[in-house]
Amino acid sequence: MDWMNMSALEVGKKIKAKEIGVEEVTKAALDRIAEKDKDVNAFITVCADEAMAQAKKVQKGIDEGTLTSPLAGVPMAVKDNMCTKGILTTCASKILTGFKPFYSSTAVNRLEEAGAVILGKLNMDEFAMGSTSETSFYGPVVNPWGSQRSPGGSSGGSAAAVAAGEAFYTLGSDTGGSIRQPASFCGVTGLKPTYGSVSRYGLIAYASSLDQIGPLGKNVEDVAEVLSIISGHDPKDSTSVPSGAIQTQLTGDIKGKRIGIPKEYFGDGLQADVKERVLAAAKKLEEMGAIVEEFSMPETDYAIPAYYIIACAEASSNLSRFDGVKYGYAAPEYKDLTDLYYKSRSQGFGMEVKRRIMIGAFVLSSGYYDAYYKKALQVKAVIKQSFDRAFETFDCILSPTAPTTALKLGESLSDPLKMYLGDIYTVSVNLAGLPSLVVPCGFDKEGLPVGLQLTGKAFTESQLLNIGYAFQQATDYHLHLPETKKEA
Amino acid sequence: MKITDEMIDYIGILARLQLDESEKESAKNEMEKIINYMDVLNEVDTTGIEAMSHAFPVKNVFREDEVRPSVDRELITLNAPKKKDGCFQVPKTVE
Amino acid sequence: MDYITTMGLEVHTELSTKTKIFCNCSTEFGGEPNTHVCEVCSGMPGTLPVLNRQVVEYAIRVGIATNCEITQYNKFDRKNYFYPDLPKAYQVSQLYLPICRNGHIDIEVNGKKKAIRIHEIHMEEDAGKLIHDPWDDCTLVDYNRCGVPLLEIVSEPDFETGEEVIAYLTKLKAILQYTGVSDCKMEQGSLRADVNLSVRPVTTDELGTRTEMKNINSFKAIARAIEGERKRQIEVIEEGGRVVQETRRWDDNKGASFAMRSKENAQDYRYFPEPDLVPIEISDEWIARVKSEMPELPDAKKARYLADYGLPEYDVDIITGSKYLVEIFEQALAACNEPKEVSNWIMGEVLRLATETSTDVEDISFDFANLGKLILLVKKNVVNRPTAKEVFEKMFRENVEPEQYIKENGLEMVQDDNLVREVVVKVLADNPKSIAEWKEGNEKVTRFLMGQCMKQLKGKADPGTVNAVIAEELAKL
Repeated sequence: MDWMNMSALEVGKKIKAKEIGVEEVTKAALDRIAEKDKDVNAFITVCADEAMAQAKKVQKGIDEGTLTSPLAGVPMAVKDNMCTKGILTTCASKILTGFKPFYSSTAVNRLEEAGAVILGKLNMDEFAMGSTSETSFYGPVVNPWGSQRSPGGSSGGSAAAVAAGEAFYTLGSDTGGSIRQPASFCGVTGLKPTYGSVSRYGLIAYASSLDQIGPLGKNVEDVAEVLSIISGHDPKDSTSVPSGAIQTQLTGDIKGKRIGIPKEYFGDGLQADVKERVLAAAKKLEEMGAIVEEFSMPETDYAIPAYYIIACAEASSNLSRFDGVKYGYAAPEYKDLTDLYYKSRSQGFGMEVKRRIMIGAFVLSSGYYDAYYKKALQVKAVIKQSFDRAFETFDCILSPTAPTTALKLGESLSDPLKMYLGDIYTVSVNLAGLPSLVVPCGFDKEGLPVGLQLTGKAFTESQLLNIGYAFQQATDYHLHLPETKKEA
Repeated sequence: MKITDEMIDYIGILARLQLDESEKESAKNEMEKIINYMDVLNEVDTTGIEAMSHAFPVKNVFREDEVRPSVDRELITLNAPKKKDGCFQVPKTVE
Repeated sequence: MDYITTMGLEVHTELSTKTKIFCNCSTEFGGEPNTHVCEVCSGMPGTLPVLNRQVVEYAIRVGIATNCEITQYNKFDRKNYFYPDLPKAYQVSQLYLPICRNGHIDIEVNGKKKAIRIHEIHMEEDAGKLIHDPWDDCTLVDYNRCGVPLLEIVSEPDFETGEEVIAYLTKLKAILQYTGVSDCKMEQGSLRADVNLSVRPVTTDELGTRTEMKNINSFKAIARAIEGERKRQIEVIEEGGRVVQETRRWDDNKGASFAMRSKENAQDYRYFPEPDLVPIEISDEWIARVKSEMPELPDAKKARYLADYGLPEYDVDIITGSKYLVEIFEQALAACNEPKEVSNWIMGEVLRLATETSTDVEDISFDFANLGKLILLVKKNVVNRPTAKEVFEKMFRENVEPEQYIKENGLEMVQDDNLVREVVVKVLADNPKSIAEWKEGNEKVTRFLMGQCMKQLKGKADPGTVNAVIAEELAKL
């Protein structure tokens, strides 16, 4: 039972050393889910039978020496917007009711080939649209750190499952902060890789030019190991970069690394104790030999509108295929084809999804394209240039992940614009396609976790992870779990 | 900008979404708030800046023209709410 | 009042690549519904497109052949609309940066030359097929054609007559076939045309409101559709009405066009750059290579045939107008080096038999070199012309080898002059009445005597020889 609190690599080692069997650890994980998930609701689908069958197969592979990954046999779970062959894939939406794809996403395939045991599919904001995991058709995810708190979103299930010890690591997706903000709210480590590093094939698109799959885990080493499995060129994704898997050397040596702090990220609206914890983390890194300097990124304010215009526009197109004809939910009664489309979509999508589809249709519609969509793509270029300039000086940009710690459930649903503004520190990273890592850096006065965001130049995951690793070597925030914290 | 009833109806047609009266009213208000907020982008001088759809200059990604087997059609229509004779079935559509 | 008609054409041609534009499914025509389909071309959630290189190659080829500028940095865009034949609810196409622009095709109608400008050529994916099911009164959707690569070739509004349109389409079809990018089988929908048409009184320069007629798929239907729509618009104007800008469907059986339902069809396609595909950059080297590999195009071929072979222009137009007739011509020519003979055979027997057997020229399938062999056999007097025509019919229908067939069926001409003379002498002896008439000055009886001799010789003698011998023998009388 104790070992459900171990890291993925520690469990992998015990499996390899035959201290634990894969079936045994899978059973333990399923028991943990059965016990915890009533409260957390991190899972939409638990595939107990498939997981036990896979565990048996993987154990055999390990015994025969065909499966050699350090994560072989380690049970994990996948955000429910990634296709899994023969397993219900819903995007937490009613409109994908009953949808069982006959293909798997490349990231899932690669993990399975490395011997991953998939426990199930994780809850999320419907179609990854949201920052609280409350827009799910399958009910909200609850933050393991507090029963009244949201785990963040949209990969709320992915972060909560790790925090609650229901899975040793998970896959999430990040379009505007959807891995990082929940990682921050749930006190886990999460990485949004460079756009194109991890294949998007089989990831049900929200905003194609911004979406990126990434890992969440208990520490940087786990996240780096998962990244080495899922990254690398995929001929099925034209936007996948033509390079091999990302292998990271975690040395912990960050002497002379130049870290920039954008002063616009520490202005009004940032919760005081979040600011305090993040700046303390910067201090810590400085003590370890990094050179920390403040600088200015005046374009910060424009990232949110540009992001929402682009994301909603792409979403309005990407989500048009859900129409009640080929898969998923179809309205039971309709008078003709058009009516079938209207009813299936209106009944099948939740309000936040409809809102974003409508915003997207509007900004692309005749007469508004140049003023909104084209302008947003230009601002995207401006923001990218601003990062390019910053990376001429700095190896990494340090910032808070979100203005606050975990929000109360229901707090932001009533005001969508206010919810959008909460993405202030995360969305520009997606616009510029950059890698960004979140590691726990302390707790607010209510004991809720605070996450430190480290953003790097494109394709410098290795350096970024090394800085995060150095920080975790020097601190123990990532070792705290909701339960131990409560006891403390 | 004011989002009018006509605009909401028009967007509904484009997006194939039907809102009831109360949904329409709140959608109108929220969209107006959001769209007006988005107008802040007009502050950014983007003269001479290319619209950037891809963050990185990846280009010329091609596939060779080689046939691979298609998928069993049972799988193609596996999840279809209505199907017949290996086809997706929709209400009568005349062009 | 007189009216001027102004037309522009949007031609869609399916490319003859082996696979679809964004996945490895076969483009083969036919097949049971949804059997040439995968998760990508059926637009299943999470799937992504990867561009077929050959599509770009073909587009460049057509661009060069139609005198276009190649857009060296071009991109795909999404065209968004809901229809059951479009599984993603958007068509991947090119709006902002199409691959070819600013070209032209030269046509000639009634001896008048004219350049039809090409506005642009873009790459896009085809949609699926809707099948009406009368039993359940519903529609069935087949995605086999989904994702088959298309080029859309958009002309400027440079046409004034139906003849010009047909001349342009004929030329364009020949170019597409010559360059090997499409088989242009209209009955399979691999060449389809949309016609934009407006009329205006001769007294004004201002263009009238245009309508668009979609997916007309035979040259004859296009000619009829143009005539029908022109008349309809003039009638509307003369009755004091206004032509409405709309999309119309030409019903060739009814000989009339009908407005397509447009209530839910806002025509606001919300184009935006396709984020799942990356830009295409075409280097100077790429263009140069395609140019260097370009086969001889219709205009050049026509000029060469006229100059080198001295053939009639009408015949050259017909032959060079079809890649398939060119193939017959060139293969037969290679076997006999008799251009005029080959041309005559094609214009005569080949086209006659094609019509008689309802065979499309692209489906003519005998061994074309055998036509050259047959021409040589005639030249060497091995067979005479009438027999050769019979042999050719066998070749056309059953692809027989002429030399062997002639031998096996004993169709060689009688080369034995003594035998001919023997027959002539006998025929003259058997027909004293005719001889008497001839003596009275009736030259016509020689033709009867000729017929009698050929009959005896089973048609296998050289008519010239027979004639000469008859003359000699008559002179002896």
